[in-house]
Amino acid sequence: MSRFTAALAAEWRKLTSTALWWVLALGMAAYLAFVGAAMAFSLTVAPEGQAPPLGGLDAALTAYGVLNAVGYVFPLVVGTLLVTTEVRHKTLTQTLLAEPRRGVVLGAKLVLAAGIGLLYGLAGVVGLVAAAAPVLSAAGDGAYLGEPQVLRALLLGVLVTGLWAVLGTGFGAVVPHQVAAVVAILAFTQFVEPIGRLALGAVDGLSVVSAYLPGAAADAVVGASLFSQMGDVDLLPAWAGALVLLGYAAALALAGRLTTFARDVV
Amino acid sequence: MDAPALEVAGLGKSFGSVRAVDDLSFRVEPGRVTGFLGPNGSGKTTTLRMLLGLVRPTDGQALVGGRAYADHPVPGALVGAALEATGFHPGRTGAAHLAAYAPQVGADRDRCSEVLDLVGLAPAAERKVGGYSLGMRQRLGLATALLADPPALVLDEPANGLDPEGIVWLRGFLRHLASQGRTVLVSSHVLGEVQHTVDDVVVIARGRLVHASSLAELASMAGTRTYVETPDPERFAALSAEQGWECAARGAGHEVADVPAATVGAAAYAAGLELHQLATRGADLEDVFLRLTGAVA
Repeated sequence: MSRFTAALAAEWRKLTSTALWWVLALGMAAYLAFVGAAMAFSLTVAPEGQAPPLGGLDAALTAYGVLNAVGYVFPLVVGTLLVTTEVRHKTLTQTLLAEPRRGVVLGAKLVLAAGIGLLYGLAGVVGLVAAAAPVLSAAGDGAYLGEPQVLRALLLGVLVTGLWAVLGTGFGAVVPHQVAAVVAILAFTQFVEPIGRLALGAVDGLSVVSAYLPGAAADAVVGASLFSQMGDVDLLPAWAGALVLLGYAAALALAGRLTTFARDVV
Repeated sequence: MDAPALEVAGLGKSFGSVRAVDDLSFRVEPGRVTGFLGPNGSGKTTTLRMLLGLVRPTDGQALVGGRAYADHPVPGALVGAALEATGFHPGRTGAAHLAAYAPQVGADRDRCSEVLDLVGLAPAAERKVGGYSLGMRQRLGLATALLADPPALVLDEPANGLDPEGIVWLRGFLRHLASQGRTVLVSSHVLGEVQHTVDDVVVIARGRLVHASSLAELASMAGTRTYVETPDPERFAALSAEQGWECAARGAGHEVADVPAATVGAAAYAAGLELHQLATRGADLEDVFLRLTGAVA
């Protein structure tokens, strides 16, 4: 076993030997089930005599789009936890005794984050589809689960969830304090970025900038989300959105390597 | 067993304006148990962390078998270490903790059970570490250090939190490891704790080396003392003064420094002085230790 695969195996065992990872995965599935069902319902059910807000494929795409629009907090948090729990419980000493090459340790955490993020994406899709599809087919025009556009959106949503987890690990390496990191993620994802996107989108010339915010970049990959439907914000091409997300992850990981992972561990 | 020596040369570490370790040099040989001694805060843990690549030295170097710890192909299999303030995830079981670190030192699941058995934690293996006592955590740390069956061991205050029975077991165990040719470095802030275990001592105070030798050499620095009890203390005091002995009241009797019991007995006999006890007292190592570690300006 190479040093890297050994480090990866160790990271996997560390993550899966405590309860938090599956609690968060279940939480993600349940949360997306709830939001997905609510969204499907509000899109397809209208008061007597009025037409529903959206119909057909659009309703399905919008409902399934919540995977990316609201689900990304979970992979971000689990990604940061790969670093912050080690700092919080002082297990980083043991981890660096087992593998003193810190780049190998951080690299293994980033790779594991990608894999765990994909798993979270699958968990989210399962929860979302299980709850939204019946509503769409009962109250709307159908679940459209065989539609290539729907499948593509769900698949890309899973991929983006993986990217969010990698970004989360990079963020955890920069902000290793567990509570601070989680608070910062919640504040940024629930407050700073949504408002920033709306504000930037409202100003001519700055809406270009908003396309480079991480949430907007993720929307670009998936091609559908709440925000991109609400305002007519210009999104990047899908491939560029993925590159922007990877860029954030790489920049954060590099910053973490030069700070948290360069410091004396006492 | 081809065990590496540990070598510290001109080692120094500053944390801001605090000089934690200063110009420290010593060598730890295979096949012996070496006690790394110093009061709390004297720089022991910082030194060990530099040796294991966790803290970057400001000056000098700390090497394992002639190379930096991190430069070995499988460092965790070469040196097993249990450091103070190493944490455990409270939600992880003891068995899962070992399993998590096993792949990187080349240990399998069987070896994990084996070391748990060895340190007496097998019954608690499937319990979460959050419910462990300090002594159990100490044992789990030791089990982690032993995972790879490493030729060198670095243990930071391993007796902390162990019950007396555990301490006796640890002594025997460390002696056994050294007898197999392994390098064993054990830190402690109490000399008495390791006195019966170590072959060599390295004593530091305020980050600097104050003494390095075999334990026997350290003991010889303590000198011998002769303990005397007599019903006539005044005449004994007069006799001491006459002989030029350094004599001090101790308990129910007196203690004469650096004079053999035979000499004291003969002088008392010649003076017609009745003695009720005449005994050679062993070297008081703790005194030497305190003198060494307190004497640094």
